This record gives sequence, structure tokens and C-alpha cells, in this order.
Amino acid sequence: MTFNEIRSILTTKTVGIAGAGGLGSNCASALVRVGIGKIIIADFDIIEESNLNRQFYFKSQIGMKKAIAIKENLLLINPDAQIETHDTFLTPENIPEIFNNCDVIVEAFDKAEQKQMLIETVLSVWPEKPLVIGLGMAGFGDSNNIKMHREGNLFICGDELSEISDLNPPIAPRVGMVANMQANTVLEILLN
Amino acid sequence: MEITLNNRIETFDADEMTVSELLEIKKFTFKMLIVKINNQLVKREDFSHSVIKDGDIVMVLHLISGG
Repeated sequence: MTFNEIRSILTTKTVGIAGAGGLGSNCASALVRVGIGKIIIADFDIIEESNLNRQFYFKSQIGMKKAIAIKENLLLINPDAQIETHDTFLTPENIPEIFNNCDVIVEAFDKAEQKQMLIETVLSVWPEKPLVIGLGMAGFGDSNNIKMHREGNLFICGDELSEISDLNPPIAPRVGMVANMQANTVLEILLN
Repeated sequence: MEITLNNRIETFDADEMTVSELLEIKKFTFKMLIVKINNQLVKREDFSHSVIKDGDIVMVLHLISGG
């Protein structure tokens, strides 16, 4: 497929991203660059200095709501991109409404509890909708253990092992690898 | 019974068991899990009464923080 052929398919598609942190902000940036028709992103958080080691934000944006800053940054890549943001904490009650029209949903949360909530909600509300999750990306090195594996309509990206801690922090290279692997998986789903 | 658990064949003495029993036998003590039986989600509140039978394909995904 030529890039024009790829783009002409992707421009008709909508992707939902739950969370605009390390996974969500970088995944969204890749998806905007390839020309996804519409991206819907939800996050309630505020940008902190500690986010800048991996998230697609800038020093001048510290203190801003991520929902506002991510839209600003994505529109710098492509001013014509359709970006819908929700400055809200995602719950089983609002997920069905916010992501209803998405062809694919990307799970891009930080905490395991939130991942669990989103996966359970999406798989119960839309058993057929593809869901791409990020699982295991802490630390550095060990590139070859980052992989994608599929369980029905659930696509799992990451090493599935490395949990974040003070001694195993999430930092740009591996978080970016998983975020881009999620974006790559979205393309695989939408283009096949 | 024989089931496929996370892509591996496993044999158990019992003819069937609940998801909770499986998690206990396998010592899957993680708090945050996603369980599917034959590609159908089993919600956490249903672990104690959802039954796994011979031939079932079971996925137990351990959710870890990071993102």
C-alpha cells in the first residue's frame, strides 16, 4: 500500500484513547501523523514536571490540563486533524458514551486498577470492538521482550512483566516503544 | 479435566471448577486480573460462580501498572 492508499482508509476511521499520559500522548501523536480521521482522547489529569521524561508535552505546559495541551500539540502536527478531548475521569458510566463511535479503543492508563476497569467495561459493553492495551514497559533495555499478542479482540502490547516502581520507573524509550506498538496495532486492525 | 490456560494445556483432577478455584490452585494472587473463558469476559464479581469445564480455553491476564 502507498501512503496515500493507507491515508485514504485511515481518514474514515475514529480511534478512542483512554488516557493522555506516556502511552496515550505518544500513541496519539503517531496516529495524527498517519492521518486517522478522528481521535477521541479522555484524561482528567494536569501536566507535572515528572511527566516530561516520557509524555508528549513541553516544559511551558506544566500545570495545564492534559486534555487541553494534547489537543494543542496534536494540532501543531496537523492543524486539520479532528481531535475531540474530554477533560474527565473515565468511569464505567461515561466510557460507553465517550467512545461509542470508535472503530478501535486504546487503553493508555497508568494504574492497574484503571486498566482493569476500562478493559472490563469495554469488553462488556462492546464484545466485538478491538481494544489495544499497554502492559509492561518499565525501565530500560530488554527491547526484545516487548511484543504484541492477541486474545480475541483484545490486543496486548508490552513485556507483560515489568511493573513500575521507584527502582523501575517508566521512561521515554520503552514507554514510547509500547505507545508506538499500540499505534502500529491500531493500523494493523484498521487496514486489514 | 484438561483446559488450555494462557496457551498451555493443563490437567486438573476435578471435572470442573470455578474461576476462583482455578486462581487459588494456580496461586494467581494478583489483585488485578482479567479472565476470559472461551473468549468471553468473566467479570470479577462472577469469579466465584463462573465454571470452567473440560476443553475450555482460559485466559488469565495479570494487569500491572505503567503507562
